[in-house]
Amino acid sequence: MTEVRTERAISVVVNGVPREATVPVRWLLSDALRHGFGLTGTHVGCEHGVCGACTVLVDGQPTRSCLVLAVQVDGREVTTVEGLSRSDHQGGQVLHPIQEAFRECHALQCGFCTPGFLTTIAAGLDARDPSVEITEEEVDEMVGGNLCRCTGYANIKKACRHAAATMREAATPTEMAISAGDEEAGR
Amino acid sequence: MTTKLFGEPVRRREDARLIIGQGRYLDDIGSGAYEAAFVRSPYAHARVLDIDVSAAMDVDGLLAIYTYEDLTGPMAEPLPVLIPHPQLTAPRTGYPLVKDVAQHVGEPIVMVVATDRYIAEDAAGLIEVSYEELPVVVGVDAAEAAERTVHDDVPDNVAARHHQETGDVEAALAASAHTLSFTQYFERSASMPMEGKGVHARWDDADSSLRVYSSTQASTSVRAAIAAKLELSMEKVEVIAPDVGGGFGVKIVHPWPEELLVPMAARLLGHEVKWTEDRREHFISSAHERQQRQEITVGYDDDGRIAALDVLVWHDNGAYTPYGIIVPINTATQLCGPYDIPVYRARVNSVYTNTVIVTPYRGAGRPQGTFAMERTMDRIAQALRIDRALVRERNLIQPDQFPYDWGLTFQDGRPLIYDSGDYPAMMAKLKVLVDWDGFAERRAAAEARGKLLGIGMAPYVEGTGPGPYEGAHVQVLGSGKVLVSTGLTSQGQGHETVFAQLAAAELGVPMEDVVVTTGDTRRFGYAVGTFASRAAVVSGNAVALAARGVKEKALRIAAEVLEADPADLEIDEGLVQVKGTPGASIPLRTVAVLSNPLRYAFDEAARQATQFSGPGDDSKPPVAVGDAPGLEHTDYYSPLRSTFASGAHAVVVEIDPATWEIAIEQYAVVHDCGTIINPMIVEGQVHGGVAQGVGGALYERMAYDRDGQLTNASFMDFLMPYASEVPDVDIDHQSTPSPLNELGIKGAGEAGVIPGSAAIASAIEDAVGRRIAAMPISPTELYDLVRSDAERVTNSSPHDSGAMA
Repeated sequence: MTEVRTERAISVVVNGVPREATVPVRWLLSDALRHGFGLTGTHVGCEHGVCGACTVLVDGQPTRSCLVLAVQVDGREVTTVEGLSRSDHQGGQVLHPIQEAFRECHALQCGFCTPGFLTTIAAGLDARDPSVEITEEEVDEMVGGNLCRCTGYANIKKACRHAAATMREAATPTEMAISAGDEEAGR
Repeated sequence: MTTKLFGEPVRRREDARLIIGQGRYLDDIGSGAYEAAFVRSPYAHARVLDIDVSAAMDVDGLLAIYTYEDLTGPMAEPLPVLIPHPQLTAPRTGYPLVKDVAQHVGEPIVMVVATDRYIAEDAAGLIEVSYEELPVVVGVDAAEAAERTVHDDVPDNVAARHHQETGDVEAALAASAHTLSFTQYFERSASMPMEGKGVHARWDDADSSLRVYSSTQASTSVRAAIAAKLELSMEKVEVIAPDVGGGFGVKIVHPWPEELLVPMAARLLGHEVKWTEDRREHFISSAHERQQRQEITVGYDDDGRIAALDVLVWHDNGAYTPYGIIVPINTATQLCGPYDIPVYRARVNSVYTNTVIVTPYRGAGRPQGTFAMERTMDRIAQALRIDRALVRERNLIQPDQFPYDWGLTFQDGRPLIYDSGDYPAMMAKLKVLVDWDGFAERRAAAEARGKLLGIGMAPYVEGTGPGPYEGAHVQVLGSGKVLVSTGLTSQGQGHETVFAQLAAAELGVPMEDVVVTTGDTRRFGYAVGTFASRAAVVSGNAVALAARGVKEKALRIAAEVLEADPADLEIDEGLVQVKGTPGASIPLRTVAVLSNPLRYAFDEAARQATQFSGPGDDSKPPVAVGDAPGLEHTDYYSPLRSTFASGAHAVVVEIDPATWEIAIEQYAVVHDCGTIINPMIVEGQVHGGVAQGVGGALYERMAYDRDGQLTNASFMDFLMPYASEVPDVDIDHQSTPSPLNELGIKGAGEAGVIPGSAAIASAIEDAVGRRIAAMPISPTELYDLVRSDAERVTNSSPHDSGAMA
């Protein structure tokens, strides 16, 4: 009994903020995030690594937080759904393009699986060359590992394409400006 | 005019919080709560001989252990039979904790409460329960045989014999030119929302009151059940459904044992207590649905027109019947779908097995009924060698036959009368959408690639929006904010959005000003719940009525101020104005202030309504007789009977004869839910339903072994579709408004799932030329089937059907 109750201090950067915590060594990362750090945006759907609802980014890589112990992220960086948006210069929040796209494309219904999709797809989109048009294979890869019981996935895939298109536009401002200019000139 | 809202694909208001991780689901509530864990029966049928908790008592952090012995008063009595029915002659329900005999694996026996869930599970793991194993009944066939019994006092294992008929079916069958008889099976699946159940309870000792959060589809009735079981007065109990991570039916059942035990513990311990169901618990202790054996006899003429249909269904209701016989009734009454069947008889024997209870899962008995009807249509077409679409078309109820009175009683206890529809037009749209008539070429092209292609179709009719009622309260505040509340709950359907659309459109205010609350008994105490595709129909109409009441009052008050006739006023963008007279207006928020005559000016706006603020009519009291202060109105919508939505699905499957993998090449849906409030949301419902239909047809089953162990109780083994398994869906809409409600709405929630197994079975049968008489079907089963001596089946192609007929 004493063995399993042992706690350990960890240092972890959560959503860009260095945090210190003492956690029971047997606690899952999902429990530490939710009940230790109060970041309840990470949801637990199966606790056996299949559904993907609890996916967070550990050092930028999608990771099922129900399959990792909290002590295993000591010294690492964790990003949850709460950390996908960034602050703008006026102190407001700028959502990640995939968050905007989920709303735009009706890619969520009950919203329980949504954080896992958002973190997974955000990591996928952030890791690719945004100036290249996204392929269906890439979309399938980013969407294919998580379960959703509400949407039938069509709109999640649509959101993935929509966000990639938004990022592509942002990544190629000059080209867009030129093509817009050409259009003007052509009139 | 206010931007048009009704009928527009307005983006969802729920999403703003859900996409940034700020939803509030059950387990997000009460971070300081004690947590409960349960010792559940490892046996499907066993007598509990002894419970030894001594080893658990030393666990540091343990707070309490409860067994049946600790339950008192109504808590020690069986759980309620929620929906009694005269034909449910042997209803049985369990106890909150097993009293004597556990009737299925997963039934709760001991509740442990500790400082956190880890510790609660440590203690639960140290509790020793000794059992005497009893004979186990699994599956409808074993239940019917009744060599072993589930409940000692139900020797034939039959809970109910549900029987409805429209005429002398035996005579009509005897008079038919042709008859066919066959038997088929439908397997279990389950709602399987991504969030399991959960309960959080907080007892206020000083106030002797209880606040309960539950991941439920029926918060008002959970409240009533808790009050009854814990012997509390209703006003001392409030129940709130927070954000709920999917329901699909499983959360309409109540009170679950945990919904009573957690509040009981919170009261006894004087501390918040929470229980969050884990996935394994959900598999073995929440509800399943769908297993049936169907024995069908049909009589028909040379053209394939049905003269009589006789159906005997053996329905597995699991170990208990807390939800009555709603699922059997749905199968019995919705089976005939869009067809005009002169004589019909349905007998459903609902039987006990030592398995998890069977209660509605999206579709609720209808997928099975549609499977029975549509497989019958295919068999008639094959026997007569006519096109499968044609035989269906010949049997359709025609548009001039509405209202179509079946002479049966529906699941709401009201007459089964189809209110409206246009089934021939629906089928015509479907054939175009899937290119039914051009299929022969596609099949030939696939054959050239070495693949087997098949096509199938299945229409359905769904009774939606049953009563008894829902209500709504609409209130305009002095700030201009419009509060809308209804007692009906939400599990992701987008009610916040569609009810805001309805209220904003009705009241003439910007949608941003409307705040919607659902499923919170503090805000609205009278409600039935979210089930049977009823929210838009029943609560939707209630919201519209309540908003209309507010508008009427607003116009009356504004008319006095503006010295105009209320009939000459309109509200647009939150401004009450005289039609055609710019400038003669008053903001709705000011009307709200004036609606409440005041003595005290608690804020700047309130000054306008105080007693010295202006000349009044001294001949009348400040609040007129029969009037009330405040700009608010409560109203209810109680439908005369259900409204009937319809649809038709067609599927093209491609089968690889090397692996017998079944791939869906095309999935086409024609959908008719009357007037649509938000087409984006309706399409989302169809997409989600189709995915569940595909799952039920090809992947999902509850694999009980003969000892009653659920051998696939995890997402590793119970195969729910990922994106890779769900096809793109082509949707075409049709709209035949309901004449039963003013908005013309029919329900849309369950539709997408209903015909999935029927259509997919038809397509697979068409591809492989072997009889499909059981669903779901896996590649392995298909491989075995084509190698067996299973009946060979040939469908006539659409092209030669005319000649053959």
